[in-house]
Amino acid sequence: MQDRRPAYFAWFILPSVFLAVALVASLASLFQYSFREYIPGSIKVGDFTLANFGRMGSWVYLRVFIDSLLLSACTAAANLILGYPLAYSLVRSKSSLLKSTILITTIVPMFTGDIVRTYSWLVVLGKNGFINGTLKAAGIIDTPLELLYTPLGVTVALVQYSLPVMVIILAAAISHIDVAYEKAAASLGAGPLRVFWNVTLPLTMPGILSGTVTIFAWTLSAFATPQLVGGGKVNMISNMVYQLGFSNFDFPFAAVLSMAALALIFAILGLMSLGMRRLERVGLH
Amino acid sequence: MDRLLRVLYGVLIGATLIYVTLPSLVVVVTAFSDKALLMFPPTGFSLKWFERAWTYDDFRKGMVNGLIITAWASCIALAVGTMAAFVIERFEFTGKRTLEAVLLSPLVIPHFTLGIAMLILASEISLARTFSLVVACHVILVLPFVMRSVYVSLKNIDPALERAAASLGASPFRVFMKIDLPLLAPGLAGGWLFAAILSFNEFTATLFVTGQRTQTLPVAMYTYVREYADPTMAALSSMLIAVTVLFLVAANRWLGLERILSIEARH
Repeated sequence: MQDRRPAYFAWFILPSVFLAVALVASLASLFQYSFREYIPGSIKVGDFTLANFGRMGSWVYLRVFIDSLLLSACTAAANLILGYPLAYSLVRSKSSLLKSTILITTIVPMFTGDIVRTYSWLVVLGKNGFINGTLKAAGIIDTPLELLYTPLGVTVALVQYSLPVMVIILAAAISHIDVAYEKAAASLGAGPLRVFWNVTLPLTMPGILSGTVTIFAWTLSAFATPQLVGGGKVNMISNMVYQLGFSNFDFPFAAVLSMAALALIFAILGLMSLGMRRLERVGLH
Repeated sequence: MDRLLRVLYGVLIGATLIYVTLPSLVVVVTAFSDKALLMFPPTGFSLKWFERAWTYDDFRKGMVNGLIITAWASCIALAVGTMAAFVIERFEFTGKRTLEAVLLSPLVIPHFTLGIAMLILASEISLARTFSLVVACHVILVLPFVMRSVYVSLKNIDPALERAAASLGASPFRVFMKIDLPLLAPGLAGGWLFAAILSFNEFTATLFVTGQRTQTLPVAMYTYVREYADPTMAALSSMLIAVTVLFLVAANRWLGLERILSIEARH
């Protein structure tokens, strides 16, 4: 929309231009650092080199990337399975008590912050934590289960971390479906499972796609959860970047890994928007 | 068959809700333990961990630092973001789409990438790890949330109101102050609140750009978890969870939870 105000109002944009320049400059210096030589034991960097990129091929780092992708995929899948029913009830339930319970329980962990949320999982999963303590008190186990510092533990914590976002995205998609479609299918004799499978699920496909991909990309950038619950045994890209930077002062290679993570996330989101366009063309939504 | 499905569905929902809430409840219970080790179930009752959390020096400093940084970052982001959203929504200029894309990009850039990028930029231009660096980092991170909140409110303003005020002789600046700003107020409040909460809780990027002197509460908490295993952190977490719940109830009362949700929905 065109505003009728005098053009000098457009100068209000200046402070944000300054911030945008700072942001671009920081990413540019990150890019620049990825070509610099690492001088062991020093925070100073040497001359320009391509050697850092060669190290990406090493198994240690490939493994971290594969682990990160696997953890993100499991997290996204679990989010879909657990989040869909929650989102469906949030939109369609007739009980306002259930609705507000879902809304509040979903929202609170989102606002307590990374550290509080992650620390809570240390207390739940720890050797003498809630799960092991309860199972031991009940006489079910003698030796504590290994939950902390395992991929399973990290995934359990990561899913709780991203579930609110998934529920919100899915709820938005479900609220866009006209109930009449489901009612029509049911009146024509389809059972609830069939209505869900043939009507609700296909109609919410765009939401499912965008939710799953968003969570996947989001989990790829997680740091606090794998750092504390993974405890150095389960490493994601972010943990490697932090360790390289602050233990070895190897900022050039940390820069390479950060750029790679950024490229990966942009590629995933780009693929998603391609997929969304195809879905729209097929006319499902 | 239908009944079985219904029961299974109910169980799944119940189990998921318990799973999401359980950690917070466990932390609150552990905070009242009287043992120095994290143990479940707790064997006695004490308030000493709350006292220690409240008096622990690093937490106090982190709290003060965090509040200073949050106050600056959220207010700067509110001012800059409101102006940017207003101009982008209402004016045409070259590079508008690029500028908007850059300003909104922190939504998808991993925080650790942004943190290390800011740290490297700071060292390249020989900037020490000062408060301004942390504030700048936070402003960049929370700006998209302010902008989106303002966009939503701007779309709801009827331009006829602005024209009416202008035709009655109000100067453009006066129209902005007397018509646009009051109508934007709820959106601004929501955006500011959201920015403040995000900034106060931000951990990943902050860990990269803070030093000993500038560390915020989440960074101090992280350091504590790595060094000690007593329930002090549980006590502090309980207090923070309680404050968050109070904040959300208040926000729901005055601003509407859906409004905050619609901001988050496109994350």
